[in-house]
Amino acid sequence: MAADLRQSQLEHLHSRYVGTIHPDINKYDWLTNQHRDTSASIIGHPPLHSYMALADGESKARVKFELCERMLQPCGPPPEKEED
Amino acid sequence: MHLYNLTLQPSSNVIASVVGQFSGVKQQEIVLAKGGRIELLRPDTQTGKIVTVLTQEAFGVIRSLTSFRLTGGTKDYLIVGSDSGRIVILEYVTKTNTFFKLHQETFGRSGSRRIVPGQYLASDPKGRAVLIGAVEKSKLVYILNRDAAANLTISSPLEAHRPNGIIHSIVGVDVGFENPLFASLEVDYSESDQDPTGEAFEKAEKALTYYELDLGLNHVVRRWSEPVDPRSNLLIQVPGGYNQNTERWDGPSGVLVCSEDYITYKHQGQNEHRVPIPRRLNPIENENERRGTLIVASVLHKMKNAFFFLVQTEDGDLFKITIDHEEEDVKAVKIKYFDTVPVATGLNILRAGFLFVASEFGSQYLYSFQKLGDDDDLPEYSSQDYPGNGAEELPELPFFTPRPLENLIQVDEMVSLDPILDAKVLNPLGADSPQIFTVCGRGARSTFRMLRHGLEVQEAVSSDLPGVPNAVWTTRLRKEDEFDSYIILSFVNGTLVLSIGETIEEVSDSGFLTSSPTLAVQQLGHDALLQVHPLGVRHILADKMVNEWATPTLPNGEPTTIVATTSNERQVVVALSSNEIVYFELDMDGQLNEYQERKGMGARVLTMSMAECPEGRQRTPYLAVGCEDSTVRIISLDPDSTLASISIQALTASPSSICVAEMNDVTIDRNHPTLFVNIGLQNGVLLRTVLDPISGQLTDTRTRFLGSKPVRLVRVKVQGQSSVLALSSRSWLSYAYQSRMHFTPLIFETLDHAWTFSAELCPEGLIGVIGSSLRIFTIPFLGTKLKHDTIPLSYTPRCLASNPDKPNLAYIVESEHRTLSPEAKTKRLSELGRELKPHERGVLDLDPAEFGFVRAEAGQWSSCVRVVDGVASQTTFRLELEGNEAAFTASIVPFSAANDEPHLVVGSAVDTYISPKACKAAYISVFKLTGGGRGLELVHKTEVEDVPLALKPFQGKLLAGIGKTLRLYDLGKKKLLRKCENKNFPTAIVSLSSQGTRIVVGDMQESILFVTYKPNEGRLIIFADDILPKWTTCAIMLDYETVAVGDKFGNLSVLRLDAAVSKSVEEDPTGLTILHEKPYLMGAPNKLNQLAHYFVGDVVTSLSKVSLVAGGREVVMYTGLSGTVGTLIPFVSKEDVDTLSTLEMHLRQENDSIVGRDHLAFRGSYVPVKSVIDGDLCETFGLLTQQKQASIADELDRKPSEVNKKLAQLREANTGF
Repeated sequence: MAADLRQSQLEHLHSRYVGTIHPDINKYDWLTNQHRDTSASIIGHPPLHSYMALADGESKARVKFELCERMLQPCGPPPEKEED
Repeated sequence: MHLYNLTLQPSSNVIASVVGQFSGVKQQEIVLAKGGRIELLRPDTQTGKIVTVLTQEAFGVIRSLTSFRLTGGTKDYLIVGSDSGRIVILEYVTKTNTFFKLHQETFGRSGSRRIVPGQYLASDPKGRAVLIGAVEKSKLVYILNRDAAANLTISSPLEAHRPNGIIHSIVGVDVGFENPLFASLEVDYSESDQDPTGEAFEKAEKALTYYELDLGLNHVVRRWSEPVDPRSNLLIQVPGGYNQNTERWDGPSGVLVCSEDYITYKHQGQNEHRVPIPRRLNPIENENERRGTLIVASVLHKMKNAFFFLVQTEDGDLFKITIDHEEEDVKAVKIKYFDTVPVATGLNILRAGFLFVASEFGSQYLYSFQKLGDDDDLPEYSSQDYPGNGAEELPELPFFTPRPLENLIQVDEMVSLDPILDAKVLNPLGADSPQIFTVCGRGARSTFRMLRHGLEVQEAVSSDLPGVPNAVWTTRLRKEDEFDSYIILSFVNGTLVLSIGETIEEVSDSGFLTSSPTLAVQQLGHDALLQVHPLGVRHILADKMVNEWATPTLPNGEPTTIVATTSNERQVVVALSSNEIVYFELDMDGQLNEYQERKGMGARVLTMSMAECPEGRQRTPYLAVGCEDSTVRIISLDPDSTLASISIQALTASPSSICVAEMNDVTIDRNHPTLFVNIGLQNGVLLRTVLDPISGQLTDTRTRFLGSKPVRLVRVKVQGQSSVLALSSRSWLSYAYQSRMHFTPLIFETLDHAWTFSAELCPEGLIGVIGSSLRIFTIPFLGTKLKHDTIPLSYTPRCLASNPDKPNLAYIVESEHRTLSPEAKTKRLSELGRELKPHERGVLDLDPAEFGFVRAEAGQWSSCVRVVDGVASQTTFRLELEGNEAAFTASIVPFSAANDEPHLVVGSAVDTYISPKACKAAYISVFKLTGGGRGLELVHKTEVEDVPLALKPFQGKLLAGIGKTLRLYDLGKKKLLRKCENKNFPTAIVSLSSQGTRIVVGDMQESILFVTYKPNEGRLIIFADDILPKWTTCAIMLDYETVAVGDKFGNLSVLRLDAAVSKSVEEDPTGLTILHEKPYLMGAPNKLNQLAHYFVGDVVTSLSKVSLVAGGREVVMYTGLSGTVGTLIPFVSKEDVDTLSTLEMHLRQENDSIVGRDHLAFRGSYVPVKSVIDGDLCETFGLLTQQKQASIADELDRKPSEVNKKLAQLREANTGF
């Protein structure tokens, strides 16, 4: 009972703080989270955003747009779920 | 080691801009978020010039800005989204000229994170609510209102979260006075995260979602959601709501959804309208690789009965969009080409007819509207012309060719250094302080700039005189005159009076005594003039009647002479050769009366000064007298104690000039101007003291060395403010800017004499004498302390190399991604197989500086190598690279194999892709310097396996960082010859520096590695590395064991190697011991210690160790990508460290950041700040109220003036700024 409660509390926290990992995380989820965090961080730090735009010869708006687009699926489709 | 960080030039990259009436008056102002600062600009609607009214440091990362006005209010408030995890509402307070934080509400963690709001801000057009959003999921709505006392109130937040939603854009929908509505452009990723087939990802829909704030229920509901084009990126608000005044609808409401190539009008319950964005006519574009045109910025302008939008594409083209509507129904959306301006992050229209373009890189521009693009013959595309208003199938894209500005003209430019890509500190001019060579900018607007510390001087007139004058004055004839009428020049044996009119002519009937030299000229009383000459004082009345006072005669019958004098519009003081002082004062009838007593000084008087007569007063109460016995005495001119001595100050040398001036300095007194006594000494030192207005005592003395000649001081007016010009072997100006005192050299020839000059053509000028020539000049910009000498470049500069033998020459490699090189352009044109007619050439013949380059797909590069002469401001050689080759790095290497002759070595690559990093071939090219270094000649090219990103001369050879390999090359006949290498670097080598046999390697991701070179064995051995990963951008060795590193995330750190390790590495002759040492923590056997760490807030692009002042200590100077120039100053005494770190600690508590960011957390954003004191924060001490200053100073056991003096000393002695 207590374990269930703890479990549900944990799930609640995870849904609230997106990007928090857990002991059973797989490589794909971890990497996807990393990429989304990185994209958001670049958008949120203006000098870094400029740096990307300058290196690639793009406008800042294009860099931001492509980073936001990439956040949808930064590391390709998820792996097939293993049957257990 | 402790360091003190001082920003010399703040970041000039604009992140966001808003326009509004922040002062609460009709005049519109612009607020910019520039780096970590908020600036308030006031465009002068008459002249079209922009004046920066306020710059306030936020000590946080500002990400978004919006403004709002409460219903019925007249004042706009500012809302700032930052990395503080808080929303703040700022009010501009005109009285104190500051932003005042009205509200600060905490909602989440600090930092620029994925789900912490701060990235997006949208306010309700009626000022009733604001929404703050994150890149993912989070959206919070705050209700804004007034309380009973008409104060602004803010509610607790209401959540409008969308789990698993990535947000692209948020905007407030204009619904008049219905419930506030916000539109958001979002994508849900929950399904694509679960679907291994990738089908859900393909089908993922981007949705336009309306969130309604129900004011009655105090709740946010998702009202409406509809899929839009999956490549949409931006929403634009469309006016709406019923206007009770005009009794009609302001607009149809809803939003414009901008996507690649199309703009779509959408609103709940309305028909969709779609218009294409015309594309640039480019006959050589690769159709398969074409991407859609993206809208990057937009602005809505509402007029009385109409409104329009200007939207800007990523090429910089502006399009005007209008919406035809009947009541609430949209009939058509129309789009038309307007003009082309630099690509912006923000566009703002001012009601007075100006367009402010906050460019994403480079200068900001102000344009004036000439017309609104209504009456030209350019085609307009309407949604009505397409089936189903363009909503059914995608309309075909029309073509257009951009043309020079027609609807706009540029009226002002705010010059900016952003982005600085590389810099070197050199001193080719041989001046007291070095010059900074920088390469800035992007694309065809890139520049090479030589920066010099000092105020820019613009010369208006230069004319030769018959002799060498020993003084110059100008004067008005009457008190109320706007401009000066006479120029008076004093020569050894006479005086020349010139009148200022259409031409400058000599006057004979001025009433001045022209047969004798002049000591002073003054406009006296209402309409009289005064001339002081060695033998008397002439009071010239308006009717040219002259009252002359002659000097008394000595007992032997010889007349005494006047040796010094000072005057203002009501008082005159002269000092005689008999060491007596005579005082005159103007009475109510305009008569000059001598005070009956004369005061003996006991020493020869060298110079005197008194302040201007305060407005509405009879006299100024104090006179400063400088005597030959190296003293300055303050003498009372008060009627109760006339000519009584008040105080005396001893000097280190005899004074040469004194100037009393009233200036505003908030660090001393916030509300009243302060009376400064400036004392120039014979030995070239300037003392600045404050005259206590009540006691007449001199306090708070600051000294500064100006030059080798005796100092001469002149009180002048610059930009309407009282300032002091100090002339020595260099000319300096002491002035107040934004209520703080500054003391800056003028970049001009050495002036002998100067005075204010005001005429119709030059209302705020200065007049000066240099030898026997007369100069009239102005000081146009008080805000920028760096003068720029600019040379335009072709492409984005990547690296700047300097020649140690010829410091005036700079070697620049430039390369531009996604553009066609001239060669590729010609090739594609010939592939077309036909000659293009002029109207078919489209963008091919446009000037890239104005319209941007012809765009191409990724992997296409234009690149060149250039030699510039920084002093002569010219390009001496330029080589365009061919075959899609792009150069990235360069260095001057004196090869010992070629008798130490310096060669330019350039690292380049062919068919380079940035992400993922790849190239077809990479080269190191060696160029011989010809024509004394002003030209280049290719010697040979050596192919290497990866892009070389770091090149460095090392012991007469070339050290190259090629990907993960560090290699030593020697110069061969046909190729570079490999000498030795080490392939074990973690990611890629980006920076190299060396001393002796030690090499410090900066790795792209893994910080710093120390390498030793063992020449006998030909080994390069890594023996120490860092424990923290750092994404190095640049590094320099501070000494043999210490290195300063700048990284991509905006940190600066100092690392040091243990002395014992350093020694043992040196003592190992073969390097075998180090080579076989056990690796520690999966890296090198030894680890570096972190001595200091600091978050600058800008990507550090260059570091140099220089002394910025003549005879000053060496400091670390850094440049940042967004235009920051700063220094890290090492402390010498432990006492200073203690004092300033305590001061910093107190200021952290007192000085609450205007964005609500905790200062300690901000400066430790990535790694906790260590051993670096933030000078920018310390300098805000002077901005605190007197009580707070006193209480903090008390904790430090000092007086507030002592603390301010300490801070000023640190700045001046180390940076000269």
